[in-house]
This record gives sequence, structure tokens and C-alpha cells, in this order.
Amino acid sequence: MAEPILEVKDLVKHYPLTQGILFKKQVGAVKAVDGVSFELGKGETLGIVGESGCGKSTLAKVLMNLERATAGQVLFKGEDISKLTGAALKAVRRNIQMVFQDPYTSLNPRMTVGDIIGEPFEIHPEVAPKGDRRKAVQDLLDVVGLNPEYINRYPHQFSGGQRQRIGIARGLALKPEIIICDEPVSALDVSVQAQVINLLEQLQNDFELSYMFIAHDLSIVRHISDRVGVMYLGKLVEIGTDEEIYENATHPYTQALLSAVPVPDPEARANRDRIILTGDIPSPANPPSGCRFRTRCWKAEERCSTEVPLLAVPEVLSGAAKHQSACHFAAVRETAAA
Amino acid sequence: MTTVIEKNQKSGRLEVGTPLLEVKDLHVEFHTRDGVAKAVNGVNYSVAAGETLAVLGESGSGKSVTAQTIMGILDMPPGKISQGQILFRGQDMLAMKEEERRQIRGQKIAMIFQDALSSLNPVMTVGAQLGEMFRVHRGASKKEAREKAIELMERVRIPAARQRVGDYPHQFSGGMRQRIMIAMALSMEPDLIIADEPTTALDVTVQAQVMDLLAELQDEYNMGLILITHDLGVVADVADKIAVMYAGRIVETAPVHDLYARPAHPYTKGLLRSIPRLDQKGQELYAIKGLPPNLLKVPAGCAFNPRCDVATDLCRTEIPKLHQVTDKDGKELTGRRSACHLWKETLHG
Repeated sequence: MAEPILEVKDLVKHYPLTQGILFKKQVGAVKAVDGVSFELGKGETLGIVGESGCGKSTLAKVLMNLERATAGQVLFKGEDISKLTGAALKAVRRNIQMVFQDPYTSLNPRMTVGDIIGEPFEIHPEVAPKGDRRKAVQDLLDVVGLNPEYINRYPHQFSGGQRQRIGIARGLALKPEIIICDEPVSALDVSVQAQVINLLEQLQNDFELSYMFIAHDLSIVRHISDRVGVMYLGKLVEIGTDEEIYENATHPYTQALLSAVPVPDPEARANRDRIILTGDIPSPANPPSGCRFRTRCWKAEERCSTEVPLLAVPEVLSGAAKHQSACHFAAVRETAAA
Repeated sequence: MTTVIEKNQKSGRLEVGTPLLEVKDLHVEFHTRDGVAKAVNGVNYSVAAGETLAVLGESGSGKSVTAQTIMGILDMPPGKISQGQILFRGQDMLAMKEEERRQIRGQKIAMIFQDALSSLNPVMTVGAQLGEMFRVHRGASKKEAREKAIELMERVRIPAARQRVGDYPHQFSGGMRQRIMIAMALSMEPDLIIADEPTTALDVTVQAQVMDLLAELQDEYNMGLILITHDLGVVADVADKIAVMYAGRIVETAPVHDLYARPAHPYTKGLLRSIPRLDQKGQELYAIKGLPPNLLKVPAGCAFNPRCDVATDLCRTEIPKLHQVTDKDGKELTGRRSACHLWKETLHG
């Protein structure tokens, strides 16, 4: 892996649960992100997958400093940015931008496309001096494959895929080094998804961007990512290269997740060995003791309820199976998941 | 539990393969301020007992409008059925009086909606909502209805059904709510279920649970199932045959294996090439160029022609018929049709 541009160490985000109206007291906490560590290399794409409620979007917000971390560090080029304020925070944010899931609600309907994409320049005037802004916005439209003449149109005049391109252009405006994409294609039609994914890949090559790609669609994540992290209930349970995760998953949750994904190939229907998990994801306000997955896991034993498994490389495994996995009984399944 | 099964034995389930529903040349249009949008434009399909038909399409392709028309829950106006027949076991439902229609809706044909949270009444307990079907259609007492509701909840494997029958929809998780929707659809033991994107709002592990449950229940009751979806993966897992829709028309129909192995329409081919696969690490994705058409301004000729790689002048002027597809020797392939002037080249080329 290339030198890390972003390092996350034991990041924690708890939302307090309070009781009482006048005298609020904390009665507990929703442990949305609970001790997550990883690195993001320069020019690399790290995919983060997990089901709804696993904390992947909260993680994105904490990295962007839209939410303050409860504990832990976020190191951008070696500097801890999680506690920055004021001008220092503003300067760092220029380098980390975000593309949101819903292109319908993340663009202000009363602003023109030119104003939306040009707004970052108002906050960081050093990037594009006033006279050049219109030109800069038109260049950005061109880069994301939209006609530069659309600069005076409003968001409702565009389709979903085009709006997502506008969102991407806004993310690119400040020439960031990292872009955090939170479910960037899940609201789009199938035939349009591929266009947006190809655009993201092309931009990465052109501008040497690092992506953090958050999604629930495992097929898309595999396509775009160099490395993949799997989250469950606020914790990373497994992280590795795409081959390590998709071909040699050692954590039971990853295996179940992979086996549940429908493969668009009816011939594979009969050969698939599916794991159907029982039950739902537990509440993050009151997660199970020990391993958080144990309530749905078929491998769970006594030890899993008392001892929290750490995200570490299991000593006993070898080859592609030797990557970080947070399970006491980490092992590759014999039959291929897909 | 027992009563449901007893009644089945009495009435006898339909034989697998009995024709259930036939949609014939259906046209639905919406009159809007900006003009007439032809949402459904001559759609034909049929489903038999025990069979799963997947209707595949993007937003605006007309797949949901067709389903709403079958159910008789289309908003009219602005919607208008301008032409066509919907035959349920030989009877044209569009020609029926509303009274007769009500006897079929819910009892013979039931529907499962995408968003279970907004389809359930938030101020009624799930028990009351499930029991309502028996109160209205079967004249059951409150107590009987409650027992039936518990039975149904057990049927769709909701744990601790007896304790949870008095809970409200918000107290259930997304997967559990979708199970309640399924239970509701099953309550009158319908012959046909229409499921409109039943798992789109669910996580993959829960999606697998729900699809498994649906398939199992279908098998047990020999129901026909129309599965409306945009997800090529889900379709491959459960469907017997597929109808692909684009801009209000069916562009291709085929048995599931044939469609994935050898598509006969450029749109289907493009869709299959444009989705990343979990079991393959691909290079650059193929992307269908352009955007789905605006239904107020559908392109002349084949609606797909501006996005098609192989379109000719003929495609730009003449609307293609739904051709019977044949193999290289001219032998008809059963169930395979393609609405493309160049289906031969697409299939064999």
C-alpha cells in the first residue's frame, strides 16, 4: 500500500441517550461507531460495506468533522484533525470532500447549478479568484461530462444521474485529495449507475484522488475498491484487499453477507451455498457482550459472549486468508460463497 | 395454523400450470398539464399457477403502473386505461363492476408493496390490520380475527407472535414489517401475488430471508407470483420467466436461463453488461449511454434507439414488433420474444 494519507485510530462516536426534561441525565449511549481503525493510502479506494445501522455513514460524518468524535484520532497526513476548530479545520476540510447519496435532496433547488458548484469557492476564495469562477465551474461541468452551457439551469431540470454528476463536480471544486462517497449510486437506475461509477474511476486516475466508498451493494464495492472493510454494529469486523475479502473471507458475518447477495446468473442458482442469517441486527444502544455478531452467528461459543475479538491478523491462517479479521474462530469457508 | 391448511385441502390448490392471469394489449396513459404520458403501451404477459414471472425495468418503464392496473388501484384520473384486457382465469376484470372486482382483489389477487412502513397503518396494531381482512371478507368476530392474525404471523415466522400481535408497525424492524405485509397478502390464500419491489428497502441478509420465505410459501400454495423489480440479481435467483420493460413496452420476454445466457435485445444485453458482479473483478464497466426517455417525449421508432449501439435508420422510424425469436435453424424458441428489428444479429451475432 502507498503511504497513508488518512489514518484512523480507535475512532469512537457515541450519541448520548438522555432522560428527563429539566434535569437531563445520560442513561446510555447509541454506540454508532465504537473503536474503528484503518488507513487510507494515496490514490487508493477503500470500500466500507455493512447493513443499515452498522455505523458506516456516521463514520463518514466523523471523518468530515460534521460530527465530533467522542474519542480517537483521525490523522490527515500525520496531523490529528478530529479536534481542530476554526481556520485550521476550514483549511483541512478543503482536502476532504464528500459526495452524498441522494442527488435529489443534497442540491439546493433554488440555486442554479453554477451557484451550487461555485459555492465552495466562496468559502475558499484562494482556489479560484473571483473573475475566474464562472470559467472554473464550466470546466468542472465539462470534467464530469455535463454540457458547460447548463450553468444557469436548476437541479430539477436534470435527471438523477446528471444530478449526481453535479454533486461530484461540487466535491471536486476545491481540488481535494480525499473524497468520501456515501452511497453515491444507490439512488440511481441500473443503466445509469455504470456511467457514474466509470466517471468516479476516471476522475481518480486523472486527479490522483483517494476514495472512501461507502455502500451496501457489495458487487459495486468490489468493482471499485482496492481494499474493503466490513462493518457490523459500529465495529470493523474484517478488512483486506478485495481478493482477501471476497474470495477468502474469514469472518462469519462477511461470509453470510457475501452469500446473501443475489448473483445475476441463474446458472449459479443451484450451486450456491447460502447462509441465511436469522434475526435482525441488534440495537447499537445495547449491543451484545463480547462479539457483537454472536447473537446471529452459527459458530458462537461461550468464549464469544465474554471476550471481545480484536481486529487482528489470525496467526493460524496463511496465504490470502491471512488478513485482519475480528473473530475468535476465523477461517475460510470451504465452499465458495458465490 | 391448522384452519388455513384445512381449508386448502377442502378447496384444493390449483394445479401447477393452470393459467391464472393474462394481460392483453394493455394501454395506460396519464393526462398531465404537459401532455399525455403513455406509461403502458401495449403490454402482454401471462402467469400460471406456481409460476414466477419477473417484470424487470427501470423507473418509468411502466412496470408498477401495469401492476396497479391489474390490482385496480390505479389513480384515475390522472391515469386512464385506454385499451386492453386483463383476464383473471378467463374473466376480463376491466369489464367487471366494482363489486365483482372487490371479490377478486385481496381474496384472489394480493399485492405486496415496496415500503412496508408507509403501507401499514401506523395507528393500528398489526394484529388489528391482519385481522381486518377476516372481519371484512369472512365476517369473523374480533376474537377469531385475532387468532387468525397470530396464526398468520407464525406462518411468516415472526418470533413470539402471540406477544407481538398487539404491537404497532413502528415497533417492528424493516424485515419484520415486510413479513407482516406478506402475511397480509397471504391471509385470504390468494391464487396470485403481485410483489412490487418487495425487498428493495431491505438489507441483503434480510432480503435473502424474505425472498426465501416468499418462494417457500409460493411452493406450498402453488401461487402465481409476479415479481416487479429492477434488480437483475434477485430475478436470477427466483424467476421462471422474465419480461423486460422499457418506456412502457415489453422489449424482451424469455425463460430466465436463456435471458441471462443469450439476450435477444440490445437493452437487456446492455443491462447485463453494465452491472458489476460480486464473483468477478471486472475492468471498466460497460455503460449504456444516455438516459431513460421522458414519457412525454418518447423517441420515434424504437424508444431505445438513441441509447442503442446498433441502431439503424429503420430503428429511428419504425416501432419494432415483438418478434418470435428463433434459433439459427429457424426453430421457434418457446417463450422467447424480442422487440428489436435486429434481434437476429443481437442473439446470434
